[in-house]
Amino acid sequence: MRVAVLRFPGSNCDQDALFAVRSMGFDGAYVWHEETNLDGFDGVFLPGGFSYGDYLRCGAMASRAPIMAEVRRFAEEGRPVIGACNGFQVLCEARLLPGALLLNAGEKFLCHNVRLRAENRDSMWTRGVDREIRVPIAHGEGRYVADSETLARLEGDGRIAFRYVDGSPNGSLNDIAGILNGAGNVLGMMPHPERACDAILGSEDGRLVLEGFSRVAATV
Amino acid sequence: MALVRVAVTLKPSLLDSQGRTVAGALEKMGYAELESVRIGKLIELRLETYDEARVKEMCDRLLANPVIEDYRIEEIVA
Repeated sequence: MRVAVLRFPGSNCDQDALFAVRSMGFDGAYVWHEETNLDGFDGVFLPGGFSYGDYLRCGAMASRAPIMAEVRRFAEEGRPVIGACNGFQVLCEARLLPGALLLNAGEKFLCHNVRLRAENRDSMWTRGVDREIRVPIAHGEGRYVADSETLARLEGDGRIAFRYVDGSPNGSLNDIAGILNGAGNVLGMMPHPERACDAILGSEDGRLVLEGFSRVAATV
Repeated sequence: MALVRVAVTLKPSLLDSQGRTVAGALEKMGYAELESVRIGKLIELRLETYDEARVKEMCDRLLANPVIEDYRIEEIVA
């Protein structure tokens, strides 16, 4: 498993993501957003940060970057794609995931640990999450919204990957912390699993999520 | 040369937390008649030639997100 950690101008969790990927035993490398192919890679990690300074809308400009055509191909081919925090916003702006992320309902930037529950254990990303996990959030714009039809479809099709156990800290509809695409290989989540991959950081629970990268072989 | 303004606003059904905060400040400043504040974006485009279909395309492809926003195009200087 070789994971591409994308870098946009303003990404700032790229080093954490690569560190986490390597600590899981996977191979990984950075890929600049202006690149146009992901040959030699098996999965993609869209890291957190403030791509393009969050100008216009979080993730808007990044979602139109040249490398995103390849991310789209990976998504369609069933390869593992994960976007955390800004990476989730980029995936929504790219329409690889439905809905959008708005300014937190309480207006404040939130930076603390949250408890998450995996709602559907059938996807490659959630299969290993057999208990509540504790991972940090760090965002100002993490309020997940979608129209009621989309929301009903996500709920009905088991595409809610993670829900906040203690209620949504940011006003997200249905306490949604992370969602999946229809095939289950694209995961977007506001919390940061890559920041919870080493005991020294206070939690290793993020590893249960990132193990998803290892489940690709059987499906691609 | 044409000057075109694009006003982008959050869909009415969505909570505008920024607008709510500003409304709270105005109320504290004594503007009791205030019912609500909604904040949007004003984008000015200077164009060699104005083609509404192309500006609409710019809005649909980047300037606005139809999932959460509406937009209005206004030609200021023809």
